[in-house]
Amino acid sequence: MNPKKRNMMLNLAAILVLILFLVYANRNLGSYNIRVLNLCAIYAILGMSLNLINGITGLFSLGHAGFMAVGAYATALLTMPPAVKEQNFFLEPIVPILANITLPFPVAITIGGFFAAFVAFIIGAPVLRLRGDYLAIATLGFSEIIRIVITNTQSITNGALGLKSIPGTTNLWWSYGIALLTLYLMFAIVNSSYGKAFKSIREDEIAAESMGISLFKHKVLAFVIGAFFAGVGGGLLASLQGAINPLMFRFILTFNVVLVVVLGGMGSMTGSVISAFIVTSGLETLRVLDEAINIGPIQMAGIPGLRMVVFSTMLMIVVIFFQRGLMGTNELSWNRLFQFFEKRFSKKGVSSK
Amino acid sequence: MTLLKTNAITMQFGGLTAVSELSLDIAQGEIIAVIGPNGAGKTTAFNMITGVYKPTQGTIEFAGKNITGLKPHLITKQGMARTFQNIRLFKDLTVEDNLFIAQHLHLNANLYQAMFRLPGYKKEEKHILEKTAFLLEKVGLSNLAKEKSSSLPYGLQRKLEIARALATDPQLLLLDEPAAGMNPKETEDLTHFIKNIRDEFDLTILLIEHHMQVVMDISKRIYVLDYGVTIAEGTPMEIQNNERVIQAYLGVDEDA
Repeated sequence: MNPKKRNMMLNLAAILVLILFLVYANRNLGSYNIRVLNLCAIYAILGMSLNLINGITGLFSLGHAGFMAVGAYATALLTMPPAVKEQNFFLEPIVPILANITLPFPVAITIGGFFAAFVAFIIGAPVLRLRGDYLAIATLGFSEIIRIVITNTQSITNGALGLKSIPGTTNLWWSYGIALLTLYLMFAIVNSSYGKAFKSIREDEIAAESMGISLFKHKVLAFVIGAFFAGVGGGLLASLQGAINPLMFRFILTFNVVLVVVLGGMGSMTGSVISAFIVTSGLETLRVLDEAINIGPIQMAGIPGLRMVVFSTMLMIVVIFFQRGLMGTNELSWNRLFQFFEKRFSKKGVSSK
Repeated sequence: MTLLKTNAITMQFGGLTAVSELSLDIAQGEIIAVIGPNGAGKTTAFNMITGVYKPTQGTIEFAGKNITGLKPHLITKQGMARTFQNIRLFKDLTVEDNLFIAQHLHLNANLYQAMFRLPGYKKEEKHILEKTAFLLEKVGLSNLAKEKSSSLPYGLQRKLEIARALATDPQLLLLDEPAAGMNPKETEDLTHFIKNIRDEFDLTILLIEHHMQVVMDISKRIYVLDYGVTIAEGTPMEIQNNERVIQAYLGVDEDA
């Protein structure tokens, strides 16, 4: 069998295994575990979207929380039934246009994504002229501006009160379906001529420009696509949590996504997926550390925050030993896996002689 | 026929005049060299021509069109490509991808067509890959196509950079010190290589170079800059015997 066909079959097999796992998880796992699994997939989407901007195109953006907020609010407002909206907006009534709109979840989430992309386009035009640290600060600033605007537009977003009772449509099928779709689309972009142009901007802006690549067009393009998926991820998150407020979308949220990208490897989509699972489930499993510990004679009162200390230490170790993240700029692929195992086995063969 | 013409272009950085009233006139098919001591403004002149800097005064005409102040990527699209004094390859990408990217500017397919590999894009991609293979063959890098470009030895990196410039389909090629850091053998190869590509790709070449052997061997005419001012212009023979050039750059033989 030729490698292309083999990889295709293996991809299908992997998706099938994933589906079986999700069926199993839906039936047998508790709501807490399912929630963590959902979060893993959402962080994978967010990680991939930021990776397109930071890792592939090399634009150090810290504005992800802002785009997520836009997507989350758009999705929430478009899916909430009129009665729920009335309950929420008790201080100031909601603007009439939004009061009676109720759209199906997939439509709402797509509109949320496009809305986030539109905001990114407006922001990107002036901001993407900056480079490096300056770009980071400017995008961070815009992300805060988005949050402040949301806090103060009482009749549209319900301001600091946030939105409650958002229909909880997000389930494993939605989050993993969209995560898979995102992974596919990201690979399609990265492997196309446009993806190579993005990478060339990361490698050397001056050379890229003198090779005829319009820096502005391609930077904005990457920024807008990244923001689209951030908006979609935000929408999923809103629907999963059932309640959102502006304080959720502070810098710390962006930081979590940056962490996923850096740990997975800047420029590796599969790396982002892997690290999204490690970071999200790691933070949850380490919760044990915050509780009181009783091991036979050793008894300790719970130290809240200990898990963050342990987690940060683990992160430092990873960053020291894998300076370019778990995957670097490489992608996990079947070819690479096969090569890896072939090497392993041939090595063993030599040493056994 | 004149391909590139600069009309008294001047570049000032604050109070410093890096290049003053440079007037180049390059006809199709010529190989022209710009020489001069370090800091004479040669690279600044290149940067003005390729759009990295906008000249403070003067205009640049390329193939009959005024290109003064145009962005670098648009100038490249008009048919002008360059290499850099300190090699600027896309280091982390493969040799092949370096050449692929240089052809992206001529792509007609939009992102949507490219993502989903629709027929229009596929056809263009096939053409790009064919040209990539052809150029790799030309510069003798076919067997290194999948290697990271930063892993190539220095001489080959220089060649790859020239190949990358060729991939943009230029009429005019600007080479910024192509022989810098090369040993005599590599330098000689390079001289042949430049002549070859000129003939094969129907190019006009403007180069900056310090190796006088290369310059005298291949250039038809030479411009000499010193402190931003053009102090001489002429054939290699004329330049070698020009008093001012000898004083400013070539140097006086102490024994004489």
